[in-house]
Amino acid sequence: MIPIDIIQKTAEVLMDKAAIEIPQDYLDGLQAAANVEDGDLSSFVLEAMLENYKAAKEDRRAMCGDTGTPRWYVKMGNETRIEGGPIALEAALRRATANATNGVPLRPNRVHPLWRTDHDNNVGIGAPEIEYGYEPGGEWIDLITVHKGGLFGTDYRMLFPSDGIQGIKRFYLDCLVAFGKRGLACQPAIIGIGLGGCKDTCMVLGKRAACLRVVGSRNSDPRIAELELELKELGNSIGMGAMGFVGKSMVIDANIEVGYCHTGGMQMSVHAFCLSSRRAVARVYADGRVEYRTDPDWFTDYQRRETVEWEIPQDHEKSA
Amino acid sequence: MGNPSGPRKIRLSTTPTPEALAELRLGDVVYLDGLIYTAREGVYKRALEDKANIPMELPSESAANFHCSPAAAINEDGTFRLGAVTATASFRFTKWIGEWMAKSGAKLIIGKGGMSAKDYKQHFVPNGAIYLTTVGYGTGALLGRGVKRVKAVHWNKELGLAQAMWVLEADNMGPFIVESDLAGNSLFERENAKISANLARVYEGTTPAVLKRFGETDDRSDEMIG
Repeated sequence: MIPIDIIQKTAEVLMDKAAIEIPQDYLDGLQAAANVEDGDLSSFVLEAMLENYKAAKEDRRAMCGDTGTPRWYVKMGNETRIEGGPIALEAALRRATANATNGVPLRPNRVHPLWRTDHDNNVGIGAPEIEYGYEPGGEWIDLITVHKGGLFGTDYRMLFPSDGIQGIKRFYLDCLVAFGKRGLACQPAIIGIGLGGCKDTCMVLGKRAACLRVVGSRNSDPRIAELELELKELGNSIGMGAMGFVGKSMVIDANIEVGYCHTGGMQMSVHAFCLSSRRAVARVYADGRVEYRTDPDWFTDYQRRETVEWEIPQDHEKSA
Repeated sequence: MGNPSGPRKIRLSTTPTPEALAELRLGDVVYLDGLIYTAREGVYKRALEDKANIPMELPSESAANFHCSPAAAINEDGTFRLGAVTATASFRFTKWIGEWMAKSGAKLIIGKGGMSAKDYKQHFVPNGAIYLTTVGYGTGALLGRGVKRVKAVHWNKELGLAQAMWVLEADNMGPFIVESDLAGNSLFERENAKISANLARVYEGTTPAVLKRFGETDDRSDEMIG
C-alpha cells in the first residue's frame, strides 16, 4: 500500500522541479545545438537561454514565466495499491498542483474556456489532466508531471497511405515553418510526432512522444528510429533557428510514436515541446522510498505491445 | 559560434526620449530601467471598452507596456512573490494597440514575437513607439532577476492574477531585442525573407496532402480532394 501523504508531498516536489530545473538530456541537446549554431542572433538567443537555466536553478525560480499547463502522467505496477484508492490519488495530485502554483510560484494559466474564470491555482474542470499507464509486475507508482505550453506548436492532419513518407515530411515541415516563424513554438524543441491511431489517440501519441521521451532515445522499431533521425536533420536544414532568426537549430530531437489506425488512413500529429521542456518524474514504493529522475521511461515494450497476450519477461518479474 | 562580440547592448529608460529611441537599430539588445507595467487583453478591454480609469499616471510613470503575465502570487499580508517573467504573444492585440498607445503614451511595447510591419506602420510610427521582443522564449528567470520589486498590482480582483496590471520596478532588466524601429521596420520580417529564399529547396520532393483543408483554399465552394 503506497501512503497517500508521500504521494502528495512527492507531487509537490515534482511541480517545483519541473518548473525550475531543465532536464539534463535537453540541456545537453541544447548545448550541442549552441555549439554548432552560427547565426548571430540565434546564437545570442541560445546563449541567453543557457544562462537563464542557471539563473533559474540558482534563484529557485521558474525558468519561464509561462509555466505551461501542468498535467500528470501516472504509471503503476500491476500489484500497486494506493492508500485511499484512485480518488485519493487524484485529490492529492490536484492539491499538489494548486499548492505548487501558489508556492513556486507558477503562473495560474488555467481558465474556463468561455467564462475565463480563473481559480488562480491551475485547477479546474479537467485540469490538471491525469492520464494513466500500467506495467506488469511490481508495487510502485511513477508520478510524472509535464508542464507543456498550451498555445502554439501543435497540429493534426488526416493523411492517407498514398501520401506516403513524402506527405509526412511535407506536413512536418509545414508545422515547423508555420510555428517557427517569430519563434512562436519556442524552438529549438523536442518534436513529437504521432502516426496512426484515431484522431484523439494520434494527438495523444504525438504529445507523449514530445513530452515523455528523452533526447537521444530512439523508437524500438529500427525503421522508425531511422525516420526520426531523418526528420531531425530535415528540421535543422530549414535555415531557421531560435526565435525564427536565420540559423540551423530547430529540432533538438524528433520522436515518433505509432498506433494501429484505420486501414484507409495515416493520421499524423506534430507537437513541439519548448525551450523550457518541463518534466519531472519520481517513483514511490510501498515502503515510502522515493526515487527522483527526469526520464519518464513511458514507452516500454509493454506500452508498445502489438499482440493479444503479453508474456512477462522473467527478469522483469524479478526486478519488479 | 557566430560573431563573438554578438549584438550591440544598450541600457534604456522605460520613459525613453525620442532621441534614445531613434538610436536603436533592429537586432540591438536592450536592458531596461524604470517602471514597467503589464497590460494585455484584460486590461485593454477594461480600459478601452469599459472605459475604466487607468490606475496609474501614464506615460509619466511608465511608457513601457509589457504583454505579460508573471509567475507570481500575492501573499496574505498583501506583499508579492514574483518568480519568473515572460511575455505572451503580441499578435493578438492588434485590435487595441493603436488606441492604447494613443491613450497611454506608451513608447515601448514589449512582448513575444512582435507584431506585423503593417501594425508598426499603422499604429507604432504615428505614436513614436517601438517594439521590444523578449528572448528565447523565454528567459523568465533572467527577467525575474531584473525586477527589483513589484510596486503594485491593479485590477487583480476584476481580472485575475494572469490578466491583472502588474507594476514592476525594472533594474537592468533584460535581455530584450529591438524588433521594430521608429520607421516601422520589423526584424522578424527581415529574417523571414532571408529564410524563405531557402524553403523551396527544403520542400523539394515532398508532396501536398491528397485531402486539402480550408485555409489552403479560401473558396468554400471548392472540393477538398485531389
